[in-house]
Amino acid sequence: MLRYALSRLLSLGLSLLVASVVVFAVIEVIPGDPAAFMLGLNATPEAVAALRDDLGLTGSAGLRYLDWAGGMLRGDFGVSYTYRVPVAELLADRLWVSLPLAVYALALSTAIALPAGMWAAARRGGAADIGVMGATQLGIAVPNFWFAMLLVLLFAVNLRWFPAGGFPGWDGGVMAGLKALTLPAIALALPQAAILARVMRSALIETLGQDYIRSARAKGLTRAQAIRRHGVRNALIPVLTILGLQFSFLLAGAIIIENVFYLPGLGRLIFQAITQRDLIVVESVVMLLVFAVICVTFAVDIAYAAVDPRLRRR
Amino acid sequence: MSGRAQLIAGGGLSAAVLAAAALSLVWVPHDVTVLEIGQRLRPPGGAFPLGTDQYGRDLLSMLMVGARVSIAVALVAVGIGIALGVPLGLMAAANRGSWLDEVVMRLNDLIFAFPALVIAILITAVLGPSALNAILAIGIFNIPVFARVARGAALSLWTLDFVLAARLAGKGRLRISAEHILPNIAPLLIVQATIQFSLGILAEAGLSYVGLGAQPPTPSWGRMLAEAQTMIYTAPRLAVLPGLAIVLTVLGLNLLGDGLRDALDPRLRKAAR
Repeated sequence: MLRYALSRLLSLGLSLLVASVVVFAVIEVIPGDPAAFMLGLNATPEAVAALRDDLGLTGSAGLRYLDWAGGMLRGDFGVSYTYRVPVAELLADRLWVSLPLAVYALALSTAIALPAGMWAAARRGGAADIGVMGATQLGIAVPNFWFAMLLVLLFAVNLRWFPAGGFPGWDGGVMAGLKALTLPAIALALPQAAILARVMRSALIETLGQDYIRSARAKGLTRAQAIRRHGVRNALIPVLTILGLQFSFLLAGAIIIENVFYLPGLGRLIFQAITQRDLIVVESVVMLLVFAVICVTFAVDIAYAAVDPRLRRR
Repeated sequence: MSGRAQLIAGGGLSAAVLAAAALSLVWVPHDVTVLEIGQRLRPPGGAFPLGTDQYGRDLLSMLMVGARVSIAVALVAVGIGIALGVPLGLMAAANRGSWLDEVVMRLNDLIFAFPALVIAILITAVLGPSALNAILAIGIFNIPVFARVARGAALSLWTLDFVLAARLAGKGRLRISAEHILPNIAPLLIVQATIQFSLGILAEAGLSYVGLGAQPPTPSWGRMLAEAQTMIYTAPRLAVLPGLAIVLTVLGLNLLGDGLRDALDPRLRKAAR
């Protein structure tokens, strides 16, 4: 297990290294001078030169990469050009919106999808199965930001149960914060729940055809007991992988949903940074998202091996 | 729903959207680049079957032209994925375990680490927003998907007798890949293409919603939704209809994909259900 974990850790480090080189290179290939690009057409040559200096653009690409990557390792992401504050502070503030949103959505999606998938699998071919599968077919086809607008229309405009947008911050109490995140979390969660329910259903159906389920029934368990004790546990393994993948979709999906609800998260930050040409912030947010995805993949790999010993030998 | 019913429903929906997009090339009820403030926010009926938006543009015409943009972006993006991903996957499978295989697979992993939207944002931050860059962003994400599907399917074929026979006949790996492997994995690739096509429509809608897709005055479903957001109190119709267009298109393509999977390869039916 230790050897497996170490090899996964090595691949995690390599992925991060390559990803950071790619992000750096993409920003680097901007035609012309990044400083001139950021300041726009009307900038004076002095201002461009000063910004070049600020950005650490003097020196070879290799040195600049080392400087940038080394800074990130120490938690120093540079200073935002437009906000005039360290990028690390900006990111930390925004993470307090985006991360709870993604976790909230993940929890909702799991809470809806797993029971729905199990229910459909247990009543395979029946009305419940057809209903759940029809709903998931629709859920997969609905763009989450449009679903978000419909939620606003129903729950904020017509019923006035939830705010239509904005975020009061966590200082005003956890409940107020959660209330503001509820509609965005539902909008993010439902399309993901549709996918997850399908995976849960097919995984459970696959498991229910195995010999050990027949053995369990033969030794006197009822069908429900066999599903609960032996079926679900084994079916959870593929579900776990998808769950890990979905976390990255949720983080990325949050970028768009935050714009629907005017939430001050990473998504709003990156779009503001793009319009203001604040490349340091763009670079950092992208790196942070990629970092999150790679780490979740790593965690899933490890969890997977912990659950299923056969996977450690790869 | 049975495979046949899915095929008919999905095919019908997809064909209807395709026809509307094709029709918009030669005829639309009203010009979508002309703003007529006098006709703004007309309710559905009369000369405007679905009404007009806050700038007096005919909603039906906007939806038709928007279909064209969505389909074009998603189609070219799928094309990029197939054109680059399939040869990569085939090469990797033909040289299983070689450095080439290893490089292709690790590159795949790397692209998967970047959520598609993040790639799009990065490209847009560098090149500026346009439909072309949206295509590029979605297309890049399609490459590893097709490489993976092609490699996985090809690997199992390489162990079969007819491939062995072809090798005994003196054919090279390249020729076997093109003449024997590719035709046999084509059904899988077609099914994957419809799935990626529908994902591409969703991605394009998302990108143009946040302003990273086709730029004005070209209408796109995503931007229509973004513009409707401020009007949601006064004209909810503007926010509902473009979304319905997206859902029907994606639903149609997904049903078509499921139906095709069953029709093209009955063996897959058992595995998928």
